[in-house]
Amino acid sequence: MSAIVELKDVRKSFGNLEVLRGVTFNVNRGEVAAIIGQSGSGKSTALRCMDRLETIQGGSMLICGHQLHDDDVDLKSLRRDVGMVFQSYNLFPHLTVVQNIMLAPRMVKGIKAKEAREIADTVISKVGLREKMDYYPEQLSGGQQQRVAIARSLAMEPKLMLFDEVTSALDPQLTGEVLRVMEQLAADGMTMILVTHEMAFARKVADRVIYMRDGKVHEMGSSDILRTPATPELASFVSESAEH
Amino acid sequence: MTYQFDFGAVLAYWPLLLEGIWTTLRLTFFSTVFGILIGAFCAVIRTGGSSWARAVISLYVEFIRNTPLLVQAYFLIFGIASLGIRLPILVGATIALTVNIGAYTTEIVRAGIESIHRGQLEAATCLGLSRTQTYLHVVIRPALERVYPALSSQYVLLMLASSIVSSVGVEELFGMSNRIQSETFRNFEIFVVLGIIYLLLAMLVRTGFTLLGLAMFPRRRKLGTSL
Repeated sequence: MSAIVELKDVRKSFGNLEVLRGVTFNVNRGEVAAIIGQSGSGKSTALRCMDRLETIQGGSMLICGHQLHDDDVDLKSLRRDVGMVFQSYNLFPHLTVVQNIMLAPRMVKGIKAKEAREIADTVISKVGLREKMDYYPEQLSGGQQQRVAIARSLAMEPKLMLFDEVTSALDPQLTGEVLRVMEQLAADGMTMILVTHEMAFARKVADRVIYMRDGKVHEMGSSDILRTPATPELASFVSESAEH
Repeated sequence: MTYQFDFGAVLAYWPLLLEGIWTTLRLTFFSTVFGILIGAFCAVIRTGGSSWARAVISLYVEFIRNTPLLVQAYFLIFGIASLGIRLPILVGATIALTVNIGAYTTEIVRAGIESIHRGQLEAATCLGLSRTQTYLHVVIRPALERVYPALSSQYVLLMLASSIVSSVGVEELFGMSNRIQSETFRNFEIFVVLGIIYLLLAMLVRTGFTLLGLAMFPRRRKLGTSL
């Protein structure tokens, strides 16, 4: 299996605060990796670095063939290959669902309106919201908005999808509908990296679980590590998460 | 009180009043179109341009906002003319109003742009949109929509303030009224009529902005809500 994501000793600071202190891990094509850990452990920052929303200061990061620490990295091409979904959905409020989805294919790839509309049809069906095509984001529930955000990313046909705590703002029922969409994506073979607090989901879907602590990978392995953690820190993190 | 009201004497000059209204509307229309373009452009630079470009724009904005419109108009029409550049008076007046309103528009639109959540920009970035595309499709329209009420008030104010250019010799509505007043000496009547006409014009400009808003912001038309 080929690695589509390779992090080697990645370092990142905000001012004096060192958030990533030498992070190393790989994710292979078709894998689902879940990054877990306490708030402030650096997991979201690591994810944001993968789409170059943050720049790294040390180590190396190879994402879909792009060396991110190179100054001349082709950002446009990187962002074609990588899709990102955020906790706060970030749909464009002045555009309808279908316009939200069609915008990037038309602007970035120069696809014609008719063809972009067909792409929108396909991806919106994948997230089960075909009947909401002409709605505005504010007319949708949080779960529906997040599913649209996933569809919007899928429309660019990314090789890798990043999910940054995408269900943290949702109640359990709405969380369920978003997780089902993500599960289906995983089953379709999409390479996914998710920062999540959903332990049950990580256990069920993740091929690889990465436990981060103090800006480093503290423990990593298959989802079995959530059942039988090797380190006492992960053990206590898992049991604390189970209580919530 | 022995004064005999005679509105007829004033209203007999209706062709002049109409001409004045037409000039006021033309001044307002062109200053609005160019003012919004200048304002949006300068606001984009002021929020995302290089540091020297930002400095130039803030110099312009602060200079205009802290000097009287009358002085600006005199400078742009008579000051420039003494350098040998002679513009038709109506063009000069339109430029003066445009330069003035452009500065105020810059500040209003800048507030709108700064109110756009960072997450919107990050989403656009992650989708691969360039900076220009992000501004055009993700930032400017919602920004304008947010500040639209403030913007339309400012442009009603522009229409009312355009009366100032009568003092540089433009025969817009106020200038015409002065002429009628000096011919009829009907001070009371002319300014009552003038007040009512300005009120109606203000309502017209406001309605124009409301209709433009409905055309520009389909979401507002459909849902009736602001961002």
